[in-house]
Amino acid sequence: MTVPRIRFTFWKAVFIVIMVAGIYCTVLRFYRGLGASTNLSDQFPWGLWIGFDVMCGVMLAAGGFTLTAAVEIFNIKRFHSIIRPTILTAFLGYLLVCAALMYDLGLPWNIWHPLIMRNPHSVMFEVAYCVMFYTTVLALEFSPIVLEHFKLKRALKVVRSLMVVFVILGVLLSTLHQSSLGTLYLIMPNKLHPFWYSPLLPVFFFLSAIAVGLAMTIFESSMSSKYFGRELELPILRDLGRVLVVVLALYGILKFEDFYHRGVLGLVFTPGYEQRFFLLEIFLSVLAPLGLLLIPKVRENAQGLYLAAVLTLLGFVTNRLNVTITGVENAVGSRYTPKWTEVVITAMFIALGFAIFGLAAKYLPIFPEEKAHVPALREPSTRFSEVAVPAHAGD
Amino acid sequence: MSKGILYDATMCIGCKQCEQACATENGLPYDDRVAAQEVTSAHKYTTVLTKDDKFMRRMCMNCDDPACASVCPVGALKKTSLGPVTYDKSRCMGCRYCMAACPFGVPKYEWDKAVPGVRKCIMCSKRVAEGKQTACAEICPTGATKFGDREALLEEAKKRIHDNPGNYLPHIFGEAEVGGTSVMLLSSIPFNTFGYRNDLTERALPMYTYQVLSRIPDFVPLFGTMLGGIYWITHRRQDVAEAEASEKDQKGGAR
Repeated sequence: MTVPRIRFTFWKAVFIVIMVAGIYCTVLRFYRGLGASTNLSDQFPWGLWIGFDVMCGVMLAAGGFTLTAAVEIFNIKRFHSIIRPTILTAFLGYLLVCAALMYDLGLPWNIWHPLIMRNPHSVMFEVAYCVMFYTTVLALEFSPIVLEHFKLKRALKVVRSLMVVFVILGVLLSTLHQSSLGTLYLIMPNKLHPFWYSPLLPVFFFLSAIAVGLAMTIFESSMSSKYFGRELELPILRDLGRVLVVVLALYGILKFEDFYHRGVLGLVFTPGYEQRFFLLEIFLSVLAPLGLLLIPKVRENAQGLYLAAVLTLLGFVTNRLNVTITGVENAVGSRYTPKWTEVVITAMFIALGFAIFGLAAKYLPIFPEEKAHVPALREPSTRFSEVAVPAHAGD
Repeated sequence: MSKGILYDATMCIGCKQCEQACATENGLPYDDRVAAQEVTSAHKYTTVLTKDDKFMRRMCMNCDDPACASVCPVGALKKTSLGPVTYDKSRCMGCRYCMAACPFGVPKYEWDKAVPGVRKCIMCSKRVAEGKQTACAEICPTGATKFGDREALLEEAKKRIHDNPGNYLPHIFGEAEVGGTSVMLLSSIPFNTFGYRNDLTERALPMYTYQVLSRIPDFVPLFGTMLGGIYWITHRRQDVAEAEASEKDQKGGAR
């Protein structure tokens, strides 16, 4: 048990350092304003906090609606045992997005204004309502876990009987929200580079959210098996891997068709600043994971699935940063790199995400009782990593 | 009747009195240092650019169908019927979508303030509502900046080009750009010399997002019904299977 304990204290130290730096940056942000705490400018009103914390935060939370739709609506029962950690990830993701918005908004105390000052012609208005409502729905979807923990049986019964409604609302709101983050950019036909500006932006954002939702579920199941000593549910991850292949293939084909019809295929082979970032994105998000997952040996193997999932996540993070940053740099005539304070705040939210997930996994019934579910589906040789990590390392 | 401004660069002498009048009208600082700044900012809503012996003003174009007002979730930015695009800080939550969406990069932010707001030329909306001209047009000694009814100004601009074709580019910037703007420009040299883009769409930008947003009310009941329907079908199968199983059990038990 010594190996995991050392690792634990190391990460604890990292966490404390990030938090202390984060508090300093928070004070700077709210006392001195956005100018002192960011590299944002009149040319670059949106930077890392929108590009990563919000755009990627929402995207990485997509496992929640993808998996609840599969289990509760499509009634695919074999995914049932992994639904709680995905709902936890989604709920946490949205809470962190809301927190990050409080840093990025110039007047965060006015965040409730869309409730009474409505402009339904604004995509941001749609985004605001989706964030509010879906965070609420996620809280309700998450509530049985807490109610179970405190043995509040009556409340639990009420929530459970309404769960279908929450799930349908959740899928609906997610679909709108994920796509609307792409719609935001439709107003900038002369600003966003043609690699990324397309009338299909909302469709691309939605499709990629599904891919990321699947990849995130594979990633988080693998991490849980590594750090919480959970038994890896490899058969489930294999199924998710297959779905991921299909979604990535659809995304890739649609991307090709879109480029073909808009006549920008030639640009892909013309060396340039945007071209390099686009090639990196398309390699990480589509070509590499699809190539890997098409090899049966990789697709069936825990490490192979993990690698493909991580590549997919990195690829679509690159995509969102390309849309928000790379794609507009040329039009506004300046480059943007985040200030260290911006990076610290983002790191703080990531660290908080991991820490709260760990705490919730420890104190709440997030994972099903070991061996209680479908033992027949389990294979004895399915541990994520046979090296150095003993079972129940976190206990 | 919608008002507008016609700026004729060929008549401009670069005196920058419009900059000074604008600063005074909006309570902004103005001195030699500010005068030397050739960019608009949170403390400078208009600027006169110089290129050799040519001049060009930059300011908010006050679009007929402005992207900034369309994207503002709380309606802090508004197109008034008289022409000016106004800003109300008490509504603003600081999302800065207006800055990201503006095709001319006009809205500026008070980055150094803890309680920041958006800053831009609002075409002297108060003065215009009182029936007066904008401060910049009133002060202009040569008539290069002219205030009036937009339609009348457009006719005049066309006439000037027609009467003196050698003196002007055959292009009224703002007549058609992004669906038309309240501020229109005439020049003898290409507008992109001064950073005005010559590849702007002539379609009103809000239409790009509205064609998606307007479908949402139709999409919600359809997609909701579809999800509910799939749930109903997939779980019906389960109910049937369970009923059959218990029926078998009962029959088995009866025997």
